[in-house]
Amino acid sequence: MCGIAGILNLSTERPPGEAELTAMITQLYHRGPDGYGFFHNAQVGLAHARLSIIDLAGGKQPIHNEDRSVWVSFNGEIFNYIELRETLEQQGHRFYTHSDTEVIVHLYEQHGEDFVQHLNGQFAIALWDDSRRRLVLARDRAGIRPLFYAQMRNRLVFASEVKALFVHAELPRRLNHVALAQVFTYWSPLAPATVFEGISALPPGHVLVAENGRIRTRRYWDWSFPQVPLPKERSAEEYAEELRALLIDAVRLQLRSDVPVGAYLSGGLDSSIITSLIKNYTDVPLRTFSVTFEDAEFDESAFQQELVDYLATQHTALRCTTADICHAFPKVIWHTETPIVRTAPTPLMLLSAKVRAEGYKVVLTGEGADEVFGGYDIFKEAKIRRFWARQPKSKMRPRILERLYPYLRHSPASGRAFTENFFSQGMEHKDRAFFGHIPRWTTTSRIAQFFSPEMQRAVSGWDPYASIMQTLPADIERWIPLGRDQYVEAHTLLAGYLLSSQGDRVAMASSIEARFPFLDHRVIEFGNRLPSRYKLMGLTEKYILKKSMAGLLPESVRTRTKQPYRAPDSQSFFRKGVAADYVTELFSERRLREAGYFDSRVVAKLFEKCRSGRAIGFADNMAFVGILSTMLVDEMFVRHATAQSTQNMVWNAAAMQHPADGTTC
Amino acid sequence: MSLEQKVRSYILESFLFTDDQSVLDNADSLMGKGIIDSTGTLELISFLEEHFGVKVEDEDMVPENLDSVNKIMAFLQRKQVSH
Repeated sequence: MCGIAGILNLSTERPPGEAELTAMITQLYHRGPDGYGFFHNAQVGLAHARLSIIDLAGGKQPIHNEDRSVWVSFNGEIFNYIELRETLEQQGHRFYTHSDTEVIVHLYEQHGEDFVQHLNGQFAIALWDDSRRRLVLARDRAGIRPLFYAQMRNRLVFASEVKALFVHAELPRRLNHVALAQVFTYWSPLAPATVFEGISALPPGHVLVAENGRIRTRRYWDWSFPQVPLPKERSAEEYAEELRALLIDAVRLQLRSDVPVGAYLSGGLDSSIITSLIKNYTDVPLRTFSVTFEDAEFDESAFQQELVDYLATQHTALRCTTADICHAFPKVIWHTETPIVRTAPTPLMLLSAKVRAEGYKVVLTGEGADEVFGGYDIFKEAKIRRFWARQPKSKMRPRILERLYPYLRHSPASGRAFTENFFSQGMEHKDRAFFGHIPRWTTTSRIAQFFSPEMQRAVSGWDPYASIMQTLPADIERWIPLGRDQYVEAHTLLAGYLLSSQGDRVAMASSIEARFPFLDHRVIEFGNRLPSRYKLMGLTEKYILKKSMAGLLPESVRTRTKQPYRAPDSQSFFRKGVAADYVTELFSERRLREAGYFDSRVVAKLFEKCRSGRAIGFADNMAFVGILSTMLVDEMFVRHATAQSTQNMVWNAAAMQHPADGTTC
Repeated sequence: MSLEQKVRSYILESFLFTDDQSVLDNADSLMGKGIIDSTGTLELISFLEEHFGVKVEDEDMVPENLDSVNKIMAFLQRKQVSH
């Protein structure tokens, strides 16, 4: 894994110089601590920060083709590089490294812009075609690896993280109000928007081509679901068999590495599947890692231990306390570069540091299975709500909601009438593709009650339903309903939060490359073709996935109730009723007023409610974490003119004494 | 502070995050206006039990008893809470 950055002149301009490329790429040291590389000429500059995983000796980037007319700098892995290389060599291409990177330039020679279709991997690619004076940027299908860009007068600049773009003083440092409102609704801005004015994200499954001073982007891949059940359905046994073979192959490909590979073991079904496949179908010694919590509401260590014993893995568990979360949170936001509404990325950042300390650079994880195989409760809720919407006056139909939330101490399902009222929201939208997401978006957007008057004015014309509709495929409302929900989930939560803030950014903070076998695009495409009932059988989630793993997992794991990964939220930031110094500072009337996004008087009441331990619901906790992280983004990226002073702020926050008991944070 | 003031004050502080009395009418449906969500009902019940010493049974947890300031006050009076 790595970091990339670059500059393209769109018209006459001074040549990109090594000094400015260095300024950009050194911001990404954490992504690539094993060395920097550069290529530049009069028109373009490519920079690379390397995390060596394949071809440790020879794979230094940027890498070129036979006659140096094509260059590439990329972040990611091309898992099928061995097979691609075989074909390319037969086609007459000559290789000078043993890296996976090199297949990219030869594929481009062979297929032009369509090279990307042949890749099975996770990637953010910057490719320069010198004969055509063409720059191609490409991002993988699911959005695992990031790629941001901005236009400045005569130049296009791009990089793996926004902090590398901000070394250019000409770029504005302002938050975009509508994008913020999107984070506080969908948990993510809608790509290509980011929370920063003038900074764009290349959406997943897209390429950008810059040529003759013009820039165009186009989509090369998307999630897609059938309109009607398949005309010729196969049996559950046939699907299960095919899926098992696919998963074994995905794991086999994603274990390709010249350094040791570990695995995350959360205790849930998905990471249990990955580790079980490694154990049963490969020779790789199983080295697993997990996070544990003091609070039983969040801790899954008993389930983790069960898997550790069953699979006989060598396991390391990292205990994460609320003090750890408080201490690390500013650094998390330095890496996420966007407000978040949960603290959950924080333990994962600490875990990645532990993985590093144990000598590992790569881990396989179970992310993606819920999106591909219908694992989330939101899909079940949507199914129940659609059923209920057909007979809105029924008293019996909504009762089935109560089966959904056994794991939460403060279950929203108690108080049936209130639950019904909550889930009956938006019944008038029952045929819209976003119907399944209305309850979540409604809860999340309660943070709007804390917006300042200026912020409210800025977003007053914004319609979240119209906005998401614009991004959806034209025929989505003719798809199977579960497919609609999965599509919306993949395009909001998955790429915009889970794979980024909770995935790439916090793993990369400790120079760890996370890999996701469930997001092998062949697995995604298989899942997307399935009849809904093989994903959600009644209210049993991931039916076919569980069936495909029969015999390879303890029964208790296959049948265990889903417990989504969560960490303590607002309570992390208070000790005996006193907030950490940096939290008090950022929630102060002066700071809130200066930043201008939130109304300090209203926020003060939320702060008091959280401080006194009365904030037990999702809405209040999301608002608190959302406000705190926005103020951190403002502090670190908007207020501070230089990257160095931002760094100081992060480290100073982490080192602040906590007044209540003298512990750090 | 009267019973009514205590109840109103709690709802304004904890769910509307304001002291502006005009935003809450005693007849407003707390569910209908999105003032309280499913978890908020638990907070409200905790408040009633802690501040007025009432026991809220499972069968009490219905909109008829909890869904507006007026209904809450009537509920408390039925539970013999003095002003």
